Amino acid sequence: MGHELITSDVIIAGGGNAALCAALTAREAGVSVTVLESAPPEFRGGNSRHVRNMRCMHSAPTDVLTDAYTEDEYFADLLRVTGGQTSEPLARIVIRESPNCAAWMKTHGVRFQPSLGGTLHLDRTNAFFLGGGKALMNAHYAAAEQRGIRVLYNAEVTALKICGGRFESGTVMRDGQSVEFQGKSLVVASGGFESNLEWLKEAWGPAADNFIVRGTPYNKGKILKLLLNGGAESVGDPTQCHAVAIDGRAPKFDGGIVTRLDCVPLGIVVNQRAERFYDEGEDLWPKRYAIWGRLVAQQPDQIAYSIIDSKVLGRFMPSVFPPITAASIAELAASFGLPPEKLEATVREFNRSVAPGHFDHNLLDDCRTNGLTPPKSHWAQAIDRPPFLGYPLRPGITFTYLGVAVNENAQVKMKDGAASPNLFAAGEIMAGNILGKGYLAGLGMTIGGVFGRIAGREAARAAQS
Amino acid sequence: MTICNACRYCEGFCAVFPAMERRLNFTPADLNYLANLCHNCAECYYACQYAPPHEFAVNVPKTLAEIREQSYCKYSWPRALRLGPWWALAIGLIAAILLARGRSAAGADFYAVISHRAMVATFGIVAVFILIAHLAGLARFWRQCGERLRASALVKALSDILTLANLASGGAGCTYPDQRHSQARRRFHHFTFYGFLLCFGSTTTAAMYHYVLGLRAPYGYASLPVALGTLGGFGLLIGPIGLYALKRRRDPAIADPKQDPMDVSFIALLFFSSLTGLLLLVLRETAAMGWLLAIHLGVVLGLFLTLPYGKFVHGIYRSAALVRSAIETARR
Repeated sequence: MGHELITSDVIIAGGGNAALCAALTAREAGVSVTVLESAPPEFRGGNSRHVRNMRCMHSAPTDVLTDAYTEDEYFADLLRVTGGQTSEPLARIVIRESPNCAAWMKTHGVRFQPSLGGTLHLDRTNAFFLGGGKALMNAHYAAAEQRGIRVLYNAEVTALKICGGRFESGTVMRDGQSVEFQGKSLVVASGGFESNLEWLKEAWGPAADNFIVRGTPYNKGKILKLLLNGGAESVGDPTQCHAVAIDGRAPKFDGGIVTRLDCVPLGIVVNQRAERFYDEGEDLWPKRYAIWGRLVAQQPDQIAYSIIDSKVLGRFMPSVFPPITAASIAELAASFGLPPEKLEATVREFNRSVAPGHFDHNLLDDCRTNGLTPPKSHWAQAIDRPPFLGYPLRPGITFTYLGVAVNENAQVKMKDGAASPNLFAAGEIMAGNILGKGYLAGLGMTIGGVFGRIAGREAARAAQS
Repeated sequence: MTICNACRYCEGFCAVFPAMERRLNFTPADLNYLANLCHNCAECYYACQYAPPHEFAVNVPKTLAEIREQSYCKYSWPRALRLGPWWALAIGLIAAILLARGRSAAGADFYAVISHRAMVATFGIVAVFILIAHLAGLARFWRQCGERLRASALVKALSDILTLANLASGGAGCTYPDQRHSQARRRFHHFTFYGFLLCFGSTTTAAMYHYVLGLRAPYGYASLPVALGTLGGFGLLIGPIGLYALKRRRDPAIADPKQDPMDVSFIALLFFSSLTGLLLLVLRETAAMGWLLAIHLGVVLGLFLTLPYGKFVHGIYRSAALVRSAIETARR
């Protein structure tokens, strides 16, 4: 042993949605395919195992989508969240191909359902995977097995040999041994570096130690670094990541969806000094939760506390960790280790500024504060009905933006401007081409699916020529 | 449950998850309801991002299976008469043999072996006992839910029961015995369930023949009681064998081995009731009839004695849970 060589027409590095879409497409084009997944089978699928849905264009209601969602509206949404940091040609490919991609997935055993309860506003734009992302990945892997795709688990790529923009070979760690792999083309679909705390520290400093990684611990960005060192052109801000505010008691990795907290707009949020620092009611929570990760990350020790009273219980999705409950604000402050008098003063001042209005947490209501800094623009109600409840908040990292540049054939672009003849990228590792900043629910899966299929098709073509 | 309620990815699978989402806190009665609503297909286990080896180690089907087993015991009444399946079988056989007393008779004259009166008396008493025991269990289960019955909910639940809608998983079939989708379990359960119903129908029509039409057994091969019994008997051979074979291949991650004796004894008693019944039919003209009749009736009696305390009650509580689920769904 130790001298065995992994060979295949097409090698896929990664094991999530984009990787498997590429693998299936390439295999169906008639080439041999090997998937190198760094996780063990139980945790396969990267962050795809945590996803729920994909954003799909459609011109009329479908079995799982309501109304219509046109290409132009889809693109306008993308422009809005990215502030223009997108590639229109690539974005339009993703948008136009999204219905075909979903239909193709269906023929490969993936099942969809109408939107989940508690996910208002998404039933028109997003098709939900029945059972979620792990069910999606189970379907993908079952289809791969049926079609004779070789899948190697616990296979972490550690080196890539790229000569003049051409992929030659690579090395993968298998059971503690380095094994060389060779293929006529390579698809990288190995995600970002969000679970690589050392790398995150380069951008965030010691604060990164207090970040929680919502997804897989296997997205270390090793292949991304290998590609960038191998001459690939980068896209996306290397320092930026998408982070949401989640329950501070979440596990360090892989806590997934259940660590979310939806109660922020219903109360106030204070930092360790028991001071408010941002408008909790700026907009509907689905449009705002993504900025709160950064907001919390900017506070001392990267921690904050959402404080509500019993009036609003039952008005938000239940969270997995029980709230800290206390009969008084001072007691609540004490259980969080906050200065009690300060928190009482903050709550008092907030309560005093609340203007009368008609509370409705489903729309932008007229309950706001007067003369408070920062203000609370909606859903401002006095926090005065005990018991009082609190949740600790931490930044939870979902994904990173840094990636490799690609063209419309998913070919990796090199620094000299040329496109690699046999190196392709799909999924999060190239999503920065389209999603330069911000976030649009379910877009990552669409990028992964559409570019996974393109990369698979082109990788097979490159291998056959 | 808290994790499930915060995640909700599984709500499209079956009735359990929507029922879970209608609650924020879970009383023991709620858990018994959810446990009995669960058909133990494990779709949610395979789709769960928090299943072991994840540190949350969520395993809904196994957890609910354990609660369900305890709930069978909790709701059963009278608990004092709870018999192990092998004791029940022994009692059934001994009773039948004592009644038969080794008599034999020619020409399929069953009542020469065991008098019609003795047969009716024995099974009549047992049947009344079963009926009371099941009604008591059902009443205890239903009392905890505090819902009012609605006709529309009954219709919906009946359709769910007759089609095993919750094992359909959108047409792909459930993940039983392993991760692959399959209709196998649903089909074998249909064989068993409808086989049982046909046998019940056979007995009922035979009683009608006897009391209403004044026709005395044995009945001809083409007669309604024999035709129904034969069809049902085949169902009860095929179904239990299939269910047992699937059960043996069940993914150990989900199975609750404590329940194997209960499950297997029920499957076995159904199978042997049918087997001995069919043998009796074929050999009823021979000298073996006397013994076969005793054994058949003994096995059936044993099966009946276990009904209120064995796997059979899953049908009672699951049906009630489906009715409750239909009521709750309609209210939304």
